Amino acid sequence: MSYINEQIHTLGGLNVHMIPTDKFKTLTLFLQFRSPLEKEDITKRALLSYVLKSSTAVSQSSQALQHRLDDLYGATLSTALSKKGDNHLLSLFVTVANERFISGAESLLDDAISLLTEVVFQPNAEAGHFDEKTVKKEKRALKQRLESIVDDKMRFANQRLIDEMCPNESYRLHTYGYQDELEKITAEELFRYYQKMLAEDQLDLYIVGDFETNQVLERVKASLLFKERQAPAAADRRFSPIVPERVNTVKEQQDVEQGKLNLGFRTNIIFGDALYHASQVFNGLFGGFPHSKLFMNVREKASLAYYAASRYESYKGLLIVMSGIEFENYDQAVDIIKEQLAAVQKGDFSEHEIDQTKALLKNAILESLDSPFSLIDLLYQDVLSGETHPVETWLRQIDGVTRDDIVRVAEQTSLDTIYFLQGEEGR
Amino acid sequence: MEKQVFDQLQETAYHHKLKNGLQVYILPKKNFNKTFATFTTNYGSIDNHFIPLNQSDWKKVPDGIAHFLEHKMFEKPDGGDVFQDFGKQGASTNAFTSFTRTAYLFSSTSQVMENLSTLIDFVQTPAFTEESVEKEKGIIGQEIRMYSDTPDWRVYFGLIENMYHQHPIKIDIAGTIESISHITKELLLDCYKTFYHPSNMLLFIVGPVDPDDIVTLVEKNQSKKEYTDQQPIERQYPDEPKSVAKKESTVKMGVQTPKCLVGFKERDIHRSGSDLMKHELSVQLLLELMFGRGTENYKALIDEGLIDESFSFEYSEEYQFGFSAIGGNTEDPEKLSQRLKEIIDDYKTGILDEEAVERARKKRIGSMLRALNSPEYIANQFTRYKFNSMDLFDLIPTLEELTIEGLNQTLQEHFHDDAFTKCAVIKK
Repeated sequence: MSYINEQIHTLGGLNVHMIPTDKFKTLTLFLQFRSPLEKEDITKRALLSYVLKSSTAVSQSSQALQHRLDDLYGATLSTALSKKGDNHLLSLFVTVANERFISGAESLLDDAISLLTEVVFQPNAEAGHFDEKTVKKEKRALKQRLESIVDDKMRFANQRLIDEMCPNESYRLHTYGYQDELEKITAEELFRYYQKMLAEDQLDLYIVGDFETNQVLERVKASLLFKERQAPAAADRRFSPIVPERVNTVKEQQDVEQGKLNLGFRTNIIFGDALYHASQVFNGLFGGFPHSKLFMNVREKASLAYYAASRYESYKGLLIVMSGIEFENYDQAVDIIKEQLAAVQKGDFSEHEIDQTKALLKNAILESLDSPFSLIDLLYQDVLSGETHPVETWLRQIDGVTRDDIVRVAEQTSLDTIYFLQGEEGR
Repeated sequence: MEKQVFDQLQETAYHHKLKNGLQVYILPKKNFNKTFATFTTNYGSIDNHFIPLNQSDWKKVPDGIAHFLEHKMFEKPDGGDVFQDFGKQGASTNAFTSFTRTAYLFSSTSQVMENLSTLIDFVQTPAFTEESVEKEKGIIGQEIRMYSDTPDWRVYFGLIENMYHQHPIKIDIAGTIESISHITKELLLDCYKTFYHPSNMLLFIVGPVDPDDIVTLVEKNQSKKEYTDQQPIERQYPDEPKSVAKKESTVKMGVQTPKCLVGFKERDIHRSGSDLMKHELSVQLLLELMFGRGTENYKALIDEGLIDESFSFEYSEEYQFGFSAIGGNTEDPEKLSQRLKEIIDDYKTGILDEEAVERARKKRIGSMLRALNSPEYIANQFTRYKFNSMDLFDLIPTLEELTIEGLNQTLQEHFHDDAFTKCAVIKK
C-alpha cells in the first residue's frame, strides 16, 4: 500500500501536483512561489503577499472579493510566507468546501481554480502599476504586522537570536521584510517585481481533495499558463558549514515578567545529508518531545520552566533551544541545557529513549498525511531537495538510525549564540 | 451500542454508555492514518465550590486547582511520567483545562488499543505526592508568567473580569502564583475524587478504528476497576447580576501596539440543548453580519486606521455563562471602542439584510466543513456540545433553521447597553 497518491505534471513553467483523496471535506489549491532569499526582494515579496489577496482587476475592493468568497460557501483566499534554508516561499492558497457535502452547491472547485487564476493573472493593476490605494492600504497592514512581532516575546526572542547568530548569512533575513524598505516601495516597482516573480520563480501547484484528476488537469492547463523557466542554479547555493569559534552571548532588557532564553546551535547537517535522519532523532531525544532530555531536566527535575524544547532547522543545519524562565535562573538553565548536550555526546541515553524518539518521529510523519497543509509541506520537501522521498523510505531510514549516528550528530553540534531577553533594572 | 448516521456529512457516530456511567463516542474515519482520542471530565476552572465526594460540607478550593490537577495526573505511581509510556507506543499526548472541562488526549498512528488503555488508566490513577505537588508550583508559575507577558491573553481576561461581579469565570484558569501556593495533595484528591468519576466523563475516539473493538476494550478495562455509583455532584456558583461589574478597564504593559476588546455579557443564561446551539449560532452570525471582512463596517474601520488584520470577534456560551468579544490591535483603543459600540447601536435600529444573512450562513457552513477535516476539532467540540446536551453534527441543520425574526430578537437581547464593557492594553 502506498501512503500518498501524488501525480505530477509539468505544464510550461508550472509543476502541478495532484493528490486525489476522499479524506477531506474541502478542496485545497496551493500555489508555491520560490526564489532565493535576497535582501532587496524580501520586503517586496512580503508586500505582494498582502496585495495579491486584497483585490483583483475584477473585484477591485477587499469587500467585493470577500463577498465572492463568502458566496462560495466560505471559500478562503490566503497567503503565507516562510523561509526554508536560503529559499523564500510565498504561498497563495484557496480552500473551498467539497460540494458533495452541501445540498444545492455546485462547481466549487471550478470556481476556486478561476479565482486563483484571477488572483495571479488579473491583479488589481493597470498601466504597469498596482492600484495605488491598495498598495498604500496593504503597506500599512504589513507595517502593523512587523510592529506586532515585538509583542510576541517568544517569536521576538527567536528572531533576535537569528539576527545575532547569522549576521552574514541570507538566513538572517526576516520573512516579513523590513519597515525601512517598505516605505520606499512604489506601486510600479512592486508590479515590475511581480512580473519578474511570475517569470522566474519556481512554481508548484498542489491540488488536494476529492476530484476528477483528468478534468482538473485540463482545467488547470487552460487557465494557469506560465512560461518555462530556468531551474535554480543549485551549485551557486551550496550549503557552507560554519563552525563557531566562541559562544556569542547577547542579553537584552525589556519590560517583561518572564525571561526568554534562546540558544542557537549549529549541526551543519541539512536535509539530504547522510546524517539527516540521525539529526531528527538527535533533536527528538535532546529536546523535541516531552520525553526528551530538555523537558525532563529543565522542566520536570529542576522545575525551572513550563516549556523547554528544541527545534531542528533542517534546511540550515541549526538547532534552536527555547525556554521561558525566571531571570535569576539564567545560569542554572544554561548549565542544564549544556549538560544535556554533553550527555548525548557521551552516549548517555538508553535504547529505550532511541525507540521512543523513532516511534514519535514516524508517528509525526504519518499524522501529517491527515491534514491538507501538512501533507503539502511534506511533499514540498521533494521539490526542495530535487529527490522523491516515499513515506515508506522515510520510515525505514528513521528506523535505520544507530546509536553511533546520534552520537556523531551530537559531537558535531556546537553552541553558537545565546540570546536572553530579561526584565528591566530594578525588577 | 447506538449508531447515528449523518447523511449529508457522510459520518457515522457510535455511542455506548457503560454501567459506571462513562459515555463513549466513536467516529470511525477509515482513510485517516491517525487516531485521536480525548478523555474529558465535566470539570473546569469555574467548579471551585462543591461538596467533595463522601463529605457533607461545602468546600471552596484555591484558584487554578483544576488546571493544577491536570498537570499532576501525568505522574505515575512509580514516579515516572506517562509521556514515557505514550512515547514508547508512538503516541503524542497532551491535556488542557478550560472554564468547564479538563481534557486528556493522545494521537497516534499505531498501537491505538495500547494507547487507549494508557489514556484511560493514567487519568483514572492519581499518583502525585506531596513533594511532586510542591515541585509543580515552579513549572506552573512559569506558565502563569508566560501568560502575563501575552497581551492578547491579558486583554481577553481583562474583558471577562469586567463582565463578572463574582462568578468564578473571572478567575484565570491557571490561577495566580499566590493562589497555587495553597494547593495541597489533599485538596487535589478531593477534586479528583469528586469530578473524575466515570459518570462525569466522556471518552471520544476518532480515526481508523472499529467501534466494537473499542467498546470491548473499554468495557474490559472498566470492569477491572471498582467504582461505586456516585450521586449527582453538588456544585455552587454565586448569584451573578445581569449587569457588568465594570464598564471599562485598562491594563498597562510594555507593548508596542495597544489592544482593545469590547464585549457583551450574556444576560439570559442557563440554556442547554438546541436552545443553546441556536442562541450561540445566532450571536455568531450577527457578529459576522456586523463585523465580517466583507462588511462596510470592517472596511470603514480599516480605512479609519482603527483596526488591522488581527481584528476578530467571537461568542461562546455554556450553561453558566456567555459572552461576546470583539476587537484586536489598535492605535486608539478609546476611539475603537466608541466606534464598535456605535456600529452595534446603529445595527440594532436597522433592518436585517436577507441577502447578507444568506451569505453569512453559507460562509459558516463552509467553515464548519473545513473544521470537520480536523480530528482534534471534532473530538473537542463534540465533547463540549455533549456536555451541554447538544450534538456537533446538528450545527448545519440548526444554522439553516435560524430565522430573521429570531436573529432580530437575539440582536436586541444580547447586545444590551447594560451588558457592554471594554478593556484596553496600553503602553506603559
